[in-house]
Amino acid sequence: MNTRFRPALLAAASVIAFAAAAPAFAGKTLDAVKQRGTVKCGVTNGVAGFSAPDTQGNWSGLDVDTCRAIAAAVLGDGKKVDFVPLNSQQRFSALQAGEIDILARNTTWTLTRDASLGFNFTTITYYDGQGFLVPKKLKVTSAKQLKNATICTQSGTTNEKNVSDYFRAQGIPVKTVVFESFEASFKAFFSGRCQAFTTDASALAGLRNKEAPNPDDYVILPELISKEPLAPLVRRGDDEWFAIAKWVPNALIEAEEAGVTQANADELKANSKDPAQQRLVGTGEDLGKLLGLDKEWSFRAIKAVGNYGEMFERNVGPKSVLKLPRGSNNLWSKGGLIYAPPVR
Amino acid sequence: MAMRRDAVASSRRGVWLAWAVQVLLVLAVVAGAVWVVHHALEVLRARGVRSGFDFLTEPAGFSISEGWLDFDASQPFWRAFLAGLINTVRAAVPAAIFSVVLGTLIGIGRLAPHVLLRGICTAYVELLRNVPLLVQLLMLAFAMANLLPDPTEPVHLLPGVWLSKGGLSVPWPVAAEGGWWPTHFEWPERGNFGVSGGAALSPEYVTIVAGLTFYSAAFVAEIVRAGILSVSQGQVLAGQALGLSSGQQLRIVILPQALRVIVPSLTNQLLSLTKNSSLAVAVGYPELVSVANTTIGSNGRAFECIAIIMAVYLLLSLLISFGMNRYNARVALRGWR
Repeated sequence: MNTRFRPALLAAASVIAFAAAAPAFAGKTLDAVKQRGTVKCGVTNGVAGFSAPDTQGNWSGLDVDTCRAIAAAVLGDGKKVDFVPLNSQQRFSALQAGEIDILARNTTWTLTRDASLGFNFTTITYYDGQGFLVPKKLKVTSAKQLKNATICTQSGTTNEKNVSDYFRAQGIPVKTVVFESFEASFKAFFSGRCQAFTTDASALAGLRNKEAPNPDDYVILPELISKEPLAPLVRRGDDEWFAIAKWVPNALIEAEEAGVTQANADELKANSKDPAQQRLVGTGEDLGKLLGLDKEWSFRAIKAVGNYGEMFERNVGPKSVLKLPRGSNNLWSKGGLIYAPPVR
Repeated sequence: MAMRRDAVASSRRGVWLAWAVQVLLVLAVVAGAVWVVHHALEVLRARGVRSGFDFLTEPAGFSISEGWLDFDASQPFWRAFLAGLINTVRAAVPAAIFSVVLGTLIGIGRLAPHVLLRGICTAYVELLRNVPLLVQLLMLAFAMANLLPDPTEPVHLLPGVWLSKGGLSVPWPVAAEGGWWPTHFEWPERGNFGVSGGAALSPEYVTIVAGLTFYSAAFVAEIVRAGILSVSQGQVLAGQALGLSSGQQLRIVILPQALRVIVPSLTNQLLSLTKNSSLAVAVGYPELVSVANTTIGSNGRAFECIAIIMAVYLLLSLLISFGMNRYNARVALRGWR
């Protein structure tokens, strides 16, 4: 068989298999996860800061931590996650077919994906925007100067469509070269095939630092041409699981607001008199039972990965290779967009 | 007399029966496929997944930068698939022609009396057919990306001909605004970001055509060699007796007879070449599978897009089989005229 079709055919086969078995698992994801003892989490093949394996096969990143937090809340152990690497084309059919319980793969929340693919997006864990990386020597300072330039990107993403939309609206002709894999697309760019590379700005920063022959030879242009709210997603039709997938990340955001950290969670559990903190560490009112979980669900999630701010720092912020500024991803109370409905 | 009429009638009945069985079988297979597709789509719909082929008339929202059919983002998905299909053909047809020519030469070279020539041809076959095509394509792409000059510093080969990582640009006849017939040549011009205008062969296109050609030629060479060996030695001796030169022996006596063996295997080879063109997606050439991948990414209609891919490759394969079988019927008994 032609190797190119294998993932696609597997996806098709699993859709058929899922179709045959469909009525069985509505509302049953939590039971399946408990019985299996792991959360199956769809991630990327490797995007630094969001989901990438190290040389020992340990996954890390913002999306990875979201899955670990859910595993800690549901199964009591943040390590009980099976990470399933998926490319851009496989990710949606894998979730539809039930191969994974949650897709946490820097996926942009769009109307089409939300309304027509049978999914529910949970909580936005990163506010991104699409940008451009260009070699400094071209002396380009704005995306509007890219007339007749060739732009490398990856197929099957919102990035590919945004480039078309943006330059069409500007009336600027450009050419795109579209590769199936993320790696092939940025390698082509760094080899000089294209004058610009486009993807989400967060990934551009990682690429420049990790993959560029010399990071100082490249600049990220100021324009962000799109909104890319990245959020994990689950299948429709299982509201119980949807609620868990939504409220675990919300609890981590609330924990940052309330000042609960990985380090002080135990101490606050013993001594805190603040009701907001008490709810998060499991000594206040029992919110877990409303989610089908126990009283310490959010305590365990915080112990496993820290609060949202800690997750951010470690994976994409100052303590990581990406060194991204907090910017829009700061708490709403500090001028950012990160906002969780009250955990109460 | 009566007996003969009976025999004819019974053989007609046999033919009729054979046809009926085949038709029923085809109907059963088609009905089964339709049921599976229908059922899967129904269940997807019940689970809140929008399904069906209605998206084909909606604007695609992405553009395709190269090919014979101009395609921009405001045009519908069906036209994107058509552009992808045309790009598949645009890569497969030249690759098929080149690989048959190259493969035939190497196949003959494999049997050459000259040791060095024979050795080179043998090495070619063993090397090329034992390395996966995807690896060869990626190596070619890598070589081109590293050896060619930057698009901003293109090499001026001839007046109007430029070569760089952006591809090979040549002058191309274009029609005046609104006209159908070419009226003047458009010359490639050097700009800020490299060469634009004229016609350009992109590195991705060159990679896929060259990659398919080199890979398939190795298999074609073996097919040609087997075909030549299948012609009995007596035919060669007869040719010698008639005083034909070795070139004439090959052209007039051996190859025409070898074709009977060559053509059916060659058909398989061309089929696999066409299907292998789908690997172009890995090196950035926008053919059918690439368009389907993009579509799946934007609207998630994996099931439908894969159905389209399968249907198109089935159709292409049937067309190739049909054409090659017609050709085979012509050469099978009479040889090469």
